[in-house]
Amino acid sequence: MGKVIVMTSGKGGVGKTTTSAAFSAGLASRGHKTVVIDFDVGLRNLDLIMGCERRVVFDFVHVINGDARLNQALIRDKRLEHLYILPTSQTRDKDALTREGVERVLTELREQFEYIICDSPAGIERGALMALYFADEAIIVTNPEVSSVRDSDRILGVLQSRSRRAEEGLDPVREHLLLSRYDPERVERGEMMKVDDVLEILAIPLLGVIPESRSVLKASNVGTPVILDPQSAAGDAYRDAVGRFLGESLPFRFMRPERRGLFQRFLRRSA
Amino acid sequence: MNILSFLRPKSTLPTAEQAKERLKIVLAHERSYASAPDYLPRLQNEILQVIARYVELEQDKLTVKLENFGSTSRLEVNIDLPKTAASVAVSPANQADRTSDDEATAADDPATDARAVS
Repeated sequence: MGKVIVMTSGKGGVGKTTTSAAFSAGLASRGHKTVVIDFDVGLRNLDLIMGCERRVVFDFVHVINGDARLNQALIRDKRLEHLYILPTSQTRDKDALTREGVERVLTELREQFEYIICDSPAGIERGALMALYFADEAIIVTNPEVSSVRDSDRILGVLQSRSRRAEEGLDPVREHLLLSRYDPERVERGEMMKVDDVLEILAIPLLGVIPESRSVLKASNVGTPVILDPQSAAGDAYRDAVGRFLGESLPFRFMRPERRGLFQRFLRRSA
Repeated sequence: MNILSFLRPKSTLPTAEQAKERLKIVLAHERSYASAPDYLPRLQNEILQVIARYVELEQDKLTVKLENFGSTSRLEVNIDLPKTAASVAVSPANQADRTSDDEATAADDPATDARAVS
């Protein structure tokens, strides 16, 4: 029976889709059969980040409406044999996702996959509520910045009151904090909140700290999850986070500024 | 920048510290609302409608709060009436709703004299 994991944040632009792509690729590369679903109806983008935008024929909404079978809509990743993508629709119909429809698709996916990653849209509207409703675990993607932390707090409140687990009085959704776009140099200068500051405010367990990294944009340019870039610090940090999610205890890296010389600085910039 | 400024203690916190403090304050406030039951906005609205039958009242003059004290909770309703509220005329439609209990006081009001006599 597969586990449903929602990537959520409240605020937009913090790295939910980047994280969904990285996490699903990370789980699949360790041999876990994984599917990643785009819940952002009308603003499809996971396909671009995963590099499968030209292979989309049927989507999530087609499956919900019975216009396609699930296996017709699932796109098999060309790099990782255990990874599948379920793209969303570009429809402008806000009510395209019904609770019954989403439940039916997730139930079917739970039988085939170990992990089902739900890439939530920003906000706390229908799409975001649908993405988190059936979750067993939630990864809260947060930037060390006031509006992102506030919105994360809000989405935690929603998880604790409006998820299926909350409504049915089951064990609560397991929450994990993933702090992204972390810049240790700015933290050291007192210009950015520390990991501990954010942890103190949100009070949920820390899954990973992803350093601000140029490689994230470069990976999205070419449609490769950043976790597949062996040169990238962000990729390393995501690999660690996936390991922790699977129960490994790994030390946190990339939380202090790198001491590097002029020559190294030049090398990194041109890398 | 004053030459002697380095002698004075730093007057402002690093911006990251300010961010943390501001967040703590705003979230303490917002969390108290987030835990409120779903019916609270409707309750507030209905209380407002009842009061508005007698007194003109703006929406933001009424706050409803539910606080938890262990095994019990306290519902706190705060209504800021406008200064002239006591003398605001009640519309005729509402007067018709009044029961006879009100007539003793209504008789003192010249506007309702006629009805009181008849």
